[in-house]
Amino acid sequence: MSPRPGFVLEVDGSTPPTLFWNGERFCQEKLPEGSRVVYAPEPLEPLVDPVAAVRHALTHPLGDSAPLPALLHAGMRLTVCFDDVSLPLPPMQAPDVRQLVIEQVLDMAAEAGVDDVVLVAALALHRRMTEAELRHALGDRIYEAFAPHGLLTQHDAEDPENLIHLGTTEMGEDVELNKRAATGDLLVYVNINLVAMDGGHKSVATGLASYRSLRHHHNPSTMRHSRSFMDAPSAELHSSNWRMGRLIAENGVKVFQIETTLNGDTFPAQFGFLQKREWEWSLRDRATYAATSTALDRTPSRVARQIFHSIRSPHAMTSVQAGEVEAVHAVTTSKVWEQQGVEVQGQTDIVTMGLPYICPYNVNSIMNPVLVACLGLGYFFNLYRGRPVVREGGVLILRHPTPWEFHPGHHPSYIDFFEQVLSQTTDPEVMSKVYEEPFATDPWYIHLYRTGHAYHGVHPFYMWYWCAHALEHLGKVVVVGGDPRAVRRMGFAPASTLNDALEIASDVVGRSPSLTHLHTPPLLMADVR
Amino acid sequence: MSIAGTLTGKRFFVTGSTGFLGTALVERILRTVPEAEVVLLVRPGRRTTAAQRTTREVLKNDCFDRLRSELGDRFDDEVGRRVHPVAGDVGLDALGLDDDGRRLLASCDVVVHAAATVSFDAPLDQAVEINLLGPSRVAAAIAATHDPAATHDPAATHDPAATPLPHLIAVSTAYVAGTHQGEAGEELLDANRFTIDADWQAEVDHARGLRQDLQARSRHPERLSEFARAARRELGGAGDHLLAARSEKLRDEWVRRQLVDAGSARARSLGWPDAYPFTKALGERALVAGYGMGTTPSDHQLPITIVRPSIIESALAEPRPGWIRGFRMAEPIIVSYARGLLREFPGVPEGIIDVIPVDMVVAAILAVAAHGPETEPSVYHVASGVRNPLRYGRLVDLVQDWFGRNPLYDDRGQPINVPAWSFPGRGRVQRQLQRATRAMDLVEKAVTALPVRGRQAELAAKVEDRHTLATRALGYVELYGAYTETEARYRVDRLLALADTLAPDDRAAFNFDPATIDWDHYVHDVHLPSVVEHARVRTSPGRSVVDKRPERARRAILSPDRHLAVFDLEHTLVASNVVDTYAWLASRHLSATRRASFVAGLVKDAPGLLALDRRDRGDFLRSFYRRYEDAPVDLLSEDAWELFHRHLLPRSFPDGFARVREHRRLGHRTILVTGALDFVVAPLRPLFDHVVCARLGVRDGRYTGRLDVLPPIGEARALLLAEYAEAHDLSLDEAVAYADSASDLAMLEAVGFPVAVNPESRLAAIARRRGWHVEHWSKAAGGSHSTLPLGPIDTSMSGRRNPVASPAPGGVRR
Repeated sequence: MSPRPGFVLEVDGSTPPTLFWNGERFCQEKLPEGSRVVYAPEPLEPLVDPVAAVRHALTHPLGDSAPLPALLHAGMRLTVCFDDVSLPLPPMQAPDVRQLVIEQVLDMAAEAGVDDVVLVAALALHRRMTEAELRHALGDRIYEAFAPHGLLTQHDAEDPENLIHLGTTEMGEDVELNKRAATGDLLVYVNINLVAMDGGHKSVATGLASYRSLRHHHNPSTMRHSRSFMDAPSAELHSSNWRMGRLIAENGVKVFQIETTLNGDTFPAQFGFLQKREWEWSLRDRATYAATSTALDRTPSRVARQIFHSIRSPHAMTSVQAGEVEAVHAVTTSKVWEQQGVEVQGQTDIVTMGLPYICPYNVNSIMNPVLVACLGLGYFFNLYRGRPVVREGGVLILRHPTPWEFHPGHHPSYIDFFEQVLSQTTDPEVMSKVYEEPFATDPWYIHLYRTGHAYHGVHPFYMWYWCAHALEHLGKVVVVGGDPRAVRRMGFAPASTLNDALEIASDVVGRSPSLTHLHTPPLLMADVR
Repeated sequence: MSIAGTLTGKRFFVTGSTGFLGTALVERILRTVPEAEVVLLVRPGRRTTAAQRTTREVLKNDCFDRLRSELGDRFDDEVGRRVHPVAGDVGLDALGLDDDGRRLLASCDVVVHAAATVSFDAPLDQAVEINLLGPSRVAAAIAATHDPAATHDPAATHDPAATPLPHLIAVSTAYVAGTHQGEAGEELLDANRFTIDADWQAEVDHARGLRQDLQARSRHPERLSEFARAARRELGGAGDHLLAARSEKLRDEWVRRQLVDAGSARARSLGWPDAYPFTKALGERALVAGYGMGTTPSDHQLPITIVRPSIIESALAEPRPGWIRGFRMAEPIIVSYARGLLREFPGVPEGIIDVIPVDMVVAAILAVAAHGPETEPSVYHVASGVRNPLRYGRLVDLVQDWFGRNPLYDDRGQPINVPAWSFPGRGRVQRQLQRATRAMDLVEKAVTALPVRGRQAELAAKVEDRHTLATRALGYVELYGAYTETEARYRVDRLLALADTLAPDDRAAFNFDPATIDWDHYVHDVHLPSVVEHARVRTSPGRSVVDKRPERARRAILSPDRHLAVFDLEHTLVASNVVDTYAWLASRHLSATRRASFVAGLVKDAPGLLALDRRDRGDFLRSFYRRYEDAPVDLLSEDAWELFHRHLLPRSFPDGFARVREHRRLGHRTILVTGALDFVVAPLRPLFDHVVCARLGVRDGRYTGRLDVLPPIGEARALLLAEYAEAHDLSLDEAVAYADSASDLAMLEAVGFPVAVNPESRLAAIARRRGWHVEHWSKAAGGSHSTLPLGPIDTSMSGRRNPVASPAPGGVRR
């Protein structure tokens, strides 16, 4: 039986309460009658033999590309780049897709007699991965073979020695990349394409770039003109990366792109209820939900956080394609769409979301308030094609505890951003003009980014720019159950219950608004007609 | 002739011009008497000349605002021409005058001696030197300048014998007549049947001898070790020099306290409420006996008038209503009451509080000066009690009513309710307060002994504050209680007769008739607004009116004028110490079972380590760092980076790091001074221009466990700073230092801008007392909270030998 597609439920008197994520907890809310709940499609059938599928993809490339073995020869300089810890979410059960793919790439390289191989984690301005994270992504075998010899590297966007400026696009955008990756004979990039924006030219043009290059598309204007940034043809973010990607190709940088898609099987069996529709919950689902949520309510959030961050997702590979970037990405995007797309008829006045404990930037870390905003107004809000699910001037209601907490090792500049910038302005434009530069060039943040596991000084700004489209579009943002001080600092309205939030929203959308709840994760992408 | 007319062009010699009455007198002369000049006897400060003190403490006082605006640009010229400061001291024989000073004194027509130590709890010997001997010294100096035989200056331009003797107006106090029931007339003390004729010379000798005696007793070994213990309790391990300085200060204070007590005891035994009126009374007697015209057949006879004001308070009208200088007797009581701290104050409701506005006293002095001396020493009271009595009960009602309508506000912006006094007896109030202070004493001792820091330590400081306030309240009751129970009535017949001789214009311009005071108006509209303004208390509600001081201090600290910022590390920038960094590094590569025994060992050693650290930081570091013996240098410096990112950074205070960076952005040099090891602080180097830290010796790629460099500790840090500043041509006055503990006191004292960061209770108390800026920096919410500072379990290095920790728990050596 093939998996069921996504589904939009209309709430009536007999509908059981709807599950909301709430950080490291869950809760159930009774939504007003007539509300809609959007469910993701059920997980697609995974590839039966992923190893064989990878091998097939490498030897049967798409677009204008030779098979990988044909591109490999003794004496060449091969650079294998891969997505960092921000993908997939949650981190997947071993073996990780990156390990599966890179093992085969390395086998082929070995067969061809290639002995100059360097692995590069494509961090962009993200934090460096820890040893444990690298071992998880690549497997111990690869780690042991490369790390002790200094051949397993992490992209350093602040190392002038290891960056090369390739030129500027017709729009004047600087393209500055990892030197080894850009000057080797072949760049193999291994992607995990969790959402539609991942991969394509963005892999190299963003993942291996410097601040000088990134600032051309990571800015409020680009983000406001990306509607949504998940929908490539409508996204300025996408266009900018594509211009850069083509410039990279024109400069003779040979890229062999490998993209993989995963199914929506996001949570392990004990959390099975998270992926089911409430009225289909079995007795067992109900019992585990009750037991889990009761237990979590009594667990200190610090411990709950540890429990959740130890979750390894059973994500399974649904496709793998390799070859020329654009041809590969077209196939990938349709595969992602197949897993996540749900048709939604028309916009509503209000959209509600329960935000989970994790976003791309707090793996094994704390979801600080800026990341809460980014996940809600950046990622989830933009998971649409056509029009946002919420109408212009409508209200977004998020549920998340939004604690005033930051990981000092991972997010040092976030702490100062929250204190020094958000206390002054929530306007992305003002931020980028007045405050971005000092943060981006602060030697202390650069030091922590380069030597520790800190996100780059400018990263919190990018998180806020990610929200720019939503901030412009929405009439109001209400956060249910959040730390009121932290919520207000970001310019949002705090509410203690969903009913209070609806009350607050009524100022903007009136007494009988239409409402849609996005039942995610598992991830879904709304195709709003 | 009018007062101004008579005094025009005269030259006044004034002592005590930096005081309340003196300032008002100088201002009034300059403003209302044409061409009159003033010679001011001013004691030079340690770093200021008499002229500088005159400008700073007299002419810049807001008393002169009116004159300044009347004269405009001419103020400086006019004042320069008419004011002549001379260096001198009424506590010294011949007033310590030089030739110029003597010449100026000789040229004066009127001498107003207004210098006194008015504090009611002055040490006995000081009160004796100034209050008792002061008037006679002034008289002697005058006599000497007019004695041809005593003239030291052959080149003197004047003929001393030819100039008439100046009129000496000695300011005393009405309370010289005591506080006994009955009326006191304006007569010399000899004529007053209530005052005992004490031998003033014997009292002088005794007071001087007493100081000698107390100085000797304070040096008794037992007493010295008591002071040393008290100093250590207060400062902890701040360093020998500072402890010595503190205990010496405590010794001085002890001597002073004893002298104060001796003064009050002696005064009471002779029937005066305290040392002030007692010494003033003997001073009058000494003056009259030594120099009084017609009283003794002496060569040194002078025309003398004694003016005895009662309790001088803010001006009724001149130079402006409410003008007051300093926080005087009644003000602290009123403010304590308004802050709800004085629940009760003794007193008799129908008793008379004899208050007189300062401008009336000044006017009376000038009228006396214009009137001229009489053939014998005469006395004027300037007091309100008989002519226009203000009853104590009425005063309390007026004050209560006013603060009911104009309350002060507490820290949280809530109005403070003033208590209703029930006029209990002095004994009961005293006993209540004594009980309260004793209880607070115990609480304070208990709290300061707790190992708390930051906000909790602030709490301890608050307890201490409360204690101080309660002690002070007790002091007020003990000192001033007598004045609220005064039943003496000071007659003013001569004063009123003097007023009668004045022309109507003068009576308005130089008003000193107490009958003209409307007490309701004076208390509500003149005095209390002025007191509240001077008391720097919160007079508006709401939280929005936050204390601006921290903000101002922060601005001063981050001013571009600063150029150096010094930081301590542990608990100032990072909540960590040498023990837990060691534990982290040592456990980094340990297996699970060995970790357990390692922890057990460290826990076992902990009390000993703490005790050693408290005793001597240097010894502690030396002995503790032995644990690094044989540790491989390479591995440790690699691990140290991990230590920093995984252990120290999560325990860091983001505000602290932000502050270091702000200093750097402002172009200030930044220095880190720490007892931590060089490889541990290596990741912090980008924040600092200069790092002073400990360094271990190295042999064959391994640490020897012996220190190559012991970083400066305690006072040595101040020396190091001084050297650094000198070498880089910087001034420590413009430097900022951040530290958390009293052991860094020397370093904090060395700079112009000390900042106590999350201070432990001792430093919190010190910072509070000295008004140092305090920062409360905390770990990022979400930072590490683990209790055991252990490295992450090493999955990769099974089989690799642990570099630091040995199998023996707590030990390192292999």
